[in-house]
Amino acid sequence: MEIIYMLIPLALVLVALIIWFFLWSVRSGQFDDLEGPAHRILMDDDGIGSGKEAKPEKES
Amino acid sequence: MTTNSRPEKQACFHCGLPVPPGTRFQVEIGGKARAMCCAGCEAVAQAIVDSGLDDFYKYRTENAPTGQIVPDFLRQARAYDHPEVQKSFVHVEPGDIREASLILEGITCAACIWLNERHLATLPGILDVNVNYATHRAQIRWDGSRLKLSQILQAIHDIGYIAHPYDPSHQERLQENERKQQLKRIGIAGVLGMQVMILAVALYTGDWYGMEEGFRRFFYWISLGLTIPVLIFAARPFFAAAIRDLRHRQAGMDVPVSLGISIAFAGSLWSTWQGHGHVYYDSVVMFVFFLLSARYFELVARMRSAEATRSLVHASPAMATRLTDGNEEQIPVGELQVGDLVLVRPGETVPADGEVREGRANVDEAILTGESRPIARAADDAIVGGSIVLDSPVTVETMRIGEDTVLAGIVRLLERAQAEKPQVARLADRAASVFVLAVLSIAAATTAYWVWHDAERALAITVSVLVVTCPCALSLATPAALTAGTGALARLGLLATRGHALEALARSNIVVFDKTGTLTEGRLRLLETRTLGNLTAARILDLAAALEARSEHPIAAALRQPGAPRASEIINTPGGGISGRIDDEIWFIGNRNFVASASGKAISPVDGKDQTVVWLANRKGPQALFVLGDRLRPGAAELVRALQAGGRAVWLLSGDHEQATRGLARELGVDHVEWELKPEQKLEQIRALQQQGKRVAMVGDGVNDAPVLAGADVSIAMGSGTQLAAASADMILLSPGLSQISRGFDGAHRTLGVIRQNLGWAVLYNVIALPLAVAGMVAPWMAALGMSASSFLVVANALRLTRTQ
Repeated sequence: MEIIYMLIPLALVLVALIIWFFLWSVRSGQFDDLEGPAHRILMDDDGIGSGKEAKPEKES
Repeated sequence: MTTNSRPEKQACFHCGLPVPPGTRFQVEIGGKARAMCCAGCEAVAQAIVDSGLDDFYKYRTENAPTGQIVPDFLRQARAYDHPEVQKSFVHVEPGDIREASLILEGITCAACIWLNERHLATLPGILDVNVNYATHRAQIRWDGSRLKLSQILQAIHDIGYIAHPYDPSHQERLQENERKQQLKRIGIAGVLGMQVMILAVALYTGDWYGMEEGFRRFFYWISLGLTIPVLIFAARPFFAAAIRDLRHRQAGMDVPVSLGISIAFAGSLWSTWQGHGHVYYDSVVMFVFFLLSARYFELVARMRSAEATRSLVHASPAMATRLTDGNEEQIPVGELQVGDLVLVRPGETVPADGEVREGRANVDEAILTGESRPIARAADDAIVGGSIVLDSPVTVETMRIGEDTVLAGIVRLLERAQAEKPQVARLADRAASVFVLAVLSIAAATTAYWVWHDAERALAITVSVLVVTCPCALSLATPAALTAGTGALARLGLLATRGHALEALARSNIVVFDKTGTLTEGRLRLLETRTLGNLTAARILDLAAALEARSEHPIAAALRQPGAPRASEIINTPGGGISGRIDDEIWFIGNRNFVASASGKAISPVDGKDQTVVWLANRKGPQALFVLGDRLRPGAAELVRALQAGGRAVWLLSGDHEQATRGLARELGVDHVEWELKPEQKLEQIRALQQQGKRVAMVGDGVNDAPVLAGADVSIAMGSGTQLAAASADMILLSPGLSQISRGFDGAHRTLGVIRQNLGWAVLYNVIALPLAVAGMVAPWMAALGMSASSFLVVANALRLTRTQ
């Protein structure tokens, strides 16, 4: 049972990670629109060049 | 392949409207020629196909907005490139990277978002596009050196949508920040709370089956470590509010909340330090988590009801087209001056209050009045800022700008109403404060008793008492219900300008109406035309209009119409009528005596009507008669019936003469009618009613009835723009139809009902829970659960009001 002394702090590290991730996602607006992404995931990106053409712009 | 199975011959493939027969607009989509209804849709569909985005038609679940071409919009769009104009809504980063929010018009389904994002991404210079489906706002980053904002607006326009720059108000930004902050607090309390719960379950099980002392202590310390961030970060608002309350020597609901949390935490800390005893970390985190969630819902409810105000604020456009010596010039609305001439094109919003100088058009005032029918506006008519011109361009001379406009006035009044605490909310506040003091005393007494009898359990029971009685329901949901109700009514065109209006409206049991200008429109109209000779109705109307063309008499206003023939040799006989020559014939129009003596033929009177009768005659004798009268406002009869069905007495107190008033009263079926009253006498009547214990709602037209309106328990004034600023009434009816008033009564009634339910529930819950907690039958975690469930119920109940029927 001594393994618990090891496992629980490990769990806490995980919790800290989760919280960091959560705060990051709130800050970056992941919870601002709860409907759009549900639709967006069903739409294919391929077939049209536009999605990919936009990428190089980002580096400029 | 396509999901669109509509027969292509009838409906436009793009927008779904019927294709007019004989047109031949088509675009090849998905390998097939598709019919389009107009050149606009054709252009939009072609643009979509050309940029390789024809998948749009596969994804969409609703039709796209029709591709009406608004060339003027693009001219306006170019003005957005000015740095001065951009200052308010564009964020500029080093390297000329620009970022702005745009509102997209015409979003109907998720595919529209896909299309907009894809299409914009093809523009060179676009760095990032993100469209929010919930708010229809696009967040766009672009390289200012390679792309202009107008080009972005143009690109959106190409595919059939319209984008406007979006500039959130200061308050909105604050609310959004508050919402995010709350979300963070809830998340932290939730995630850490779950860990604490797991450990708590282990500890409870340990209590049952036995547990090694080392593990127990370890779990205590870990729980403590997990609870501290919840206490410091997530529970901070409670402590802050409690300290504020104590400083003002008030007992708000945060006081027992904070006290409960502190006591539970301090007791647990002591046990942890000692290494034995009970810990209540689970109750602490659970309480914080649930209470935060309840408040989050309350915040969302508040934001939603503030939307009525918000949509008004955004109703005025950013740019206006000013005409200077015949030249058009795009300027920001803020630079408009009184007396400027502005051109408003179809589809555009009128930038300020003014009068039409040129052109005639139908305008949509729905945003201001809740009235969805278009209203005709011609030269010299007043036109209010925020209304939308529908069909043809008009030139408007601005009369009032900025803060003086009707729109700004409405926003101010609405904000005042939402800021003012009505009686019932004040009562709830006071009750909550008394209640908190009582809870604190009971908690103290309970602690004393249990320390005496069973010191072990004293702490747990004190915590339970403090937690279970959290008076959130009392002081949280009443204001939520009231703001929700006020917002819903404002959307209908009934504006509450005072906080107590809703409550007083719901409680009123007698409704007093003024006649002229309230139940009737307050101006003469042509009710009936009767030909006496062999002329057509159209011809006699033309003749009458020609004769009355230049008269200022109210009768003339009712008979005038555009396009009438010209009359010459017009002679006006005051108190009689008008004569004039039209097409080589002398005509007379006026009252019976005048027409009879002028034409030389005796005329028999028409049977006793209370309306005005006007005769038209030539030398041969009378040719026609017109019956004029004041017309009932639309919805008056329905309103009276609805009020009576709701158990309210309806009175009519008029300053008009007996005949007209009685006729109207009979027509409407009011319960009591009096006539030829001066304003003082009306006020006396209302005072007398109030002395009998009645609660009086007065509906008047706001100008001549001001003292009477002020004397009633709640007053509703007919609002017509100009009077708004000086409005003394508690509510203002912006819509021309009266039916909104009965909806107002319904809405007020429902709001009061929700408040009553909430207060009733809060009382019932506490009456049951408090004795149980005092008796030691409620564990702290059960108390936290019960209290949160009660708060949730109450807030959810208030949220129902934001849904307009």
